[in-house]
Amino acid sequence: MKVLVAVKRVVDYNVKVRPKSDMTDVDLANVKMSINPFCEIAVEEAVRLKEKGVATEIIAVSIGPQQSQEQLRTALALGADRGILISTDEALEPLAIAKCLKAVCESESPDIILMGKQAIDGDNNQTGQMLGALTGYGQATFASELAIDGGNATVIREVDGGLQTLALPLPAIVTADLRLNEPRYASLPNIMKAKKKQLDTTTPADLGVDMANRVTLLGVELPAERAAGIKVEDISQLVDKLKNEAKVIS
Amino acid sequence: MSTLVIAEHDNSSMNVATLNSVAAAQAIGGDIDILVVGAECQSAAQQAAQVPGIGKVIVADNAAYAHSLAENVAPMIAEVATGYSHVMATATTTAKNIIPRVAALLDVQAISDISGVVSEDTFKRPIYAGNLIATVQSSDAIKVLTVRGTAFDGAPGEGGSASIEAVASAHDSAKSNFIDEEVAVSDRPELTAADIVISGGRGMGNGENFDMLYSLADKLGAAVGASRAAVDAGFVPNDMQVGQTGKIVAPDLYVAVGISGAIQHLAGMKDSKVIVAINKDEEAPIFSVADYGLVADLFVALPELDAAI
Ligand SMILES: Cc1cc2nc3c(=O)[nH]c(=O)nc-3n(C[C@H](O)[C@H](O)[C@H](O)COP(=O)(O)OP(=O)(O)OC[C@H]3O[C@@H](n4cnc5c(N)ncnc54)[C@H](O)[C@@H]3O)c2cc1C
Ligand SMILES: Nc1ncnc2c1ncn2[C@@H]1O[C@H](COP(=O)(O)O)[C@@H](O)[C@H]1O
Repeated sequence: MKVLVAVKRVVDYNVKVRPKSDMTDVDLANVKMSINPFCEIAVEEAVRLKEKGVATEIIAVSIGPQQSQEQLRTALALGADRGILISTDEALEPLAIAKCLKAVCESESPDIILMGKQAIDGDNNQTGQMLGALTGYGQATFASELAIDGGNATVIREVDGGLQTLALPLPAIVTADLRLNEPRYASLPNIMKAKKKQLDTTTPADLGVDMANRVTLLGVELPAERAAGIKVEDISQLVDKLKNEAKVIS
Repeated sequence: MSTLVIAEHDNSSMNVATLNSVAAAQAIGGDIDILVVGAECQSAAQQAAQVPGIGKVIVADNAAYAHSLAENVAPMIAEVATGYSHVMATATTTAKNIIPRVAALLDVQAISDISGVVSEDTFKRPIYAGNLIATVQSSDAIKVLTVRGTAFDGAPGEGGSASIEAVASAHDSAKSNFIDEEVAVSDRPELTAADIVISGGRGMGNGENFDMLYSLADKLGAAVGASRAAVDAGFVPNDMQVGQTGKIVAPDLYVAVGISGAIQHLAGMKDSKVIVAINKDEEAPIFSVADYGLVADLFVALPELDAAI
């Protein structure tokens, strides 16, 4: 069974991002970049499928600037077998990303496509669902448990009300939520080995995908600051403030 | 200009979250219709028809839509959507699952989680866990949007009497099958709709200690939430997680107990009107957003608070 994993290069989740001084966009100069945390979980899940003998090959794919090779190398160090970089310097929109991924699905025919539920830069939470529409495959988003049995995937999904279980015929798309697994760290020998693994580069144009943006970023702003609060001495002062100053309890 | 609002419902009743999208649609202006896609969902449709100012309610009632499977519901929505300039749904997990699939069927770039309407094609939305607010303009013919519920006060839900119209087509893809659902049952208000939310973090120590929060919540008519760390540690179920990747809440009062205040948690609650933090570490980042901070051991403070109210 072949697994395709989509990984995105994003600002590391520990970074507190700032706007550029002209407020046109986020300032990414000299900011630490990493593999999107949800994509890391997707890679880990793929590796576990291989360790269980369910998956035979894991292909990691990323769409983005040349430097996205770093995140693909991370995926290779974690256990992916080969990587594909779809190189572009365009601003990345989920629909165009999904079109690139569809093209890869057509050439690689994976049995399952593992993705993150959300990229923590744009917080879009769209790409897996869009790939579902474009390929016609079933989708199980926000997965916290995945089991493969023959030609079927059984997935537990995290939904607002609790948990939902779906069964999907393969090929299918599964997007990872935080509790699907806890990703391992890449060991030094594996990082060394990853440098020798195959990493092919192509472009959206080669795949016949138009990356032209449909949505224009007009600018960014900082969210409204909260006014500085106070420290209360004890519970009785707290209750007094909540009743008489904030008037939020009676 | 005309907006199709997708109703959130459980077939028997319409979820009030739908009314936040109606409010966002009103901010855009133009005609508003509501689409109810479900199975035996007539009573939900009747509720939708009571929303004042609605042109009509369109109902797609078919067994294939019983569990809101995206593979079946998305083509149904896409079919109806072609008659509208805007399609929107409140960003619940159901909408987040379905709406992007609708957008791709329409060859449209969806815009997630809008928190403001600037004009008919220009919207504000939080990015990077709410650390920045982006203003974005869509050039697509149909704008497909999800709406951040906390950013739009719900429109009135009663007083109208719109007509109800059925659409016949059914989409049954068999690309996914519903097996079962474990729905958390609680007598407390729903997290995203509650006026008061009390959340516990890793500092709570274990699941039993959350009883202190439940007791307090019951006295105040509050909902109980949690940080990711508390959910990951198995103290409480996932549906209680507040944050960037959990639920977004903006109650009148948010009480954070034993929560450090990571940006991913703040992303889900920092628009609350009044924030209280109880934490034994005076350096905890949660205090930077708290109106009232109490530096204390929660195991001492919570029983005192319980006794005081
Ligand atoms: C991609 C991604 C998405 C994420 N999404 C979310 C999300 O949606 N929601 C979320 O919450 N987190 C999310 N996180 C996790 C987030 O980064 C933090 O790890 C998490 O919020 C920490 O939870 P916590 O504050 O309960 O735990 P900790 O950071 O461990 O804080 C525990 C706090 O309890 C206090 N404490 C301990 N004992 C006591 C006591 N007896 N009395 C009083 N205070 C006490 C401590 O001083 C400390 O401040 C996400 C992380 C990533 C990487
Ligand atoms: N540029 C990209 N390259 C590879 N995968 C991506 C890219 N953008 C998004 N994805 C995948 O889609 C998921 C959801 O992203 P998004 O829809 O942007 O929130 C990510 O976790 C990735 O798995």
